[in-house]
Amino acid sequence: MRYLTDRKRAAGLGSAKTGTEHFWQMQVSSAALLILVPLFVFVVGPLIGRSHAEVVAAFARPVPAIVTGLTLAVGLVHFRMGAQVAIEDYTGGLTRRLLIVAVVCLAYGALAAGLFALVRLAL
Amino acid sequence: MADVNRGNRPLSPFMLGRYYRFQLTSVTSILTRITGNALIVGALLFVWWLLAAASGPGHFALANSVITSWFGDLVLLGSLWALWYHALAGLRHLYWDSGRGLDVPTAERLGIGVIAGSVALTVLTVLVV
Repeated sequence: MRYLTDRKRAAGLGSAKTGTEHFWQMQVSSAALLILVPLFVFVVGPLIGRSHAEVVAAFARPVPAIVTGLTLAVGLVHFRMGAQVAIEDYTGGLTRRLLIVAVVCLAYGALAAGLFALVRLAL
Repeated sequence: MADVNRGNRPLSPFMLGRYYRFQLTSVTSILTRITGNALIVGALLFVWWLLAAASGPGHFALANSVITSWFGDLVLLGSLWALWYHALAGLRHLYWDSGRGLDVPTAERLGIGVIAGSVALTVLTVLVV
């Protein structure tokens, strides 16, 4: 009888030791995005191109604000992890390190800016 | 020595085109990565627009004029297709991760489905939104 789960037996293996964790985080965030992205497209999408007053009024309501906040947070963290793997695949050495730092700064910078704007609009 | 060639090994994607023929499965897989990374452009444009909306009508007028220009429309349309493509391709990955659909005929059918589905959803979204 096996007491360990399949995931537990895979955790910590491979050259990076954290592949299972990364794989699982990407699965969770992609599953969340499958729900968030259609909501974002159909709830927030129609706001683009509207007047300033309409946009401000829309983000003061809970659904557009929460959908936008969650989509930005989950989407940009998903991007940060996915882009890092792409960089690790195609570059090496110092270029790799600099690009990963740049991607992390860009993702969290955009996330912070987006959430700041959202809070200011919503409150 | 087990690892004489340290530091001078070829990096991906050196096999592509020269040694590997492009196939539906490989192209749809590469497009997943390209669309996913390219989405940062649309995300930054959206965040800038949101930030402009938060800072007042003056900044918003500029961001709004950029996002509704032909350039903004092009970025948004591209991002919309990339978003649907990446979402469907991600769904395909979740299906594969469960150990299903990994034989070649199924994978190719799924590839066609992802391409057709992303175009259909993009057209639908443009019509609805």
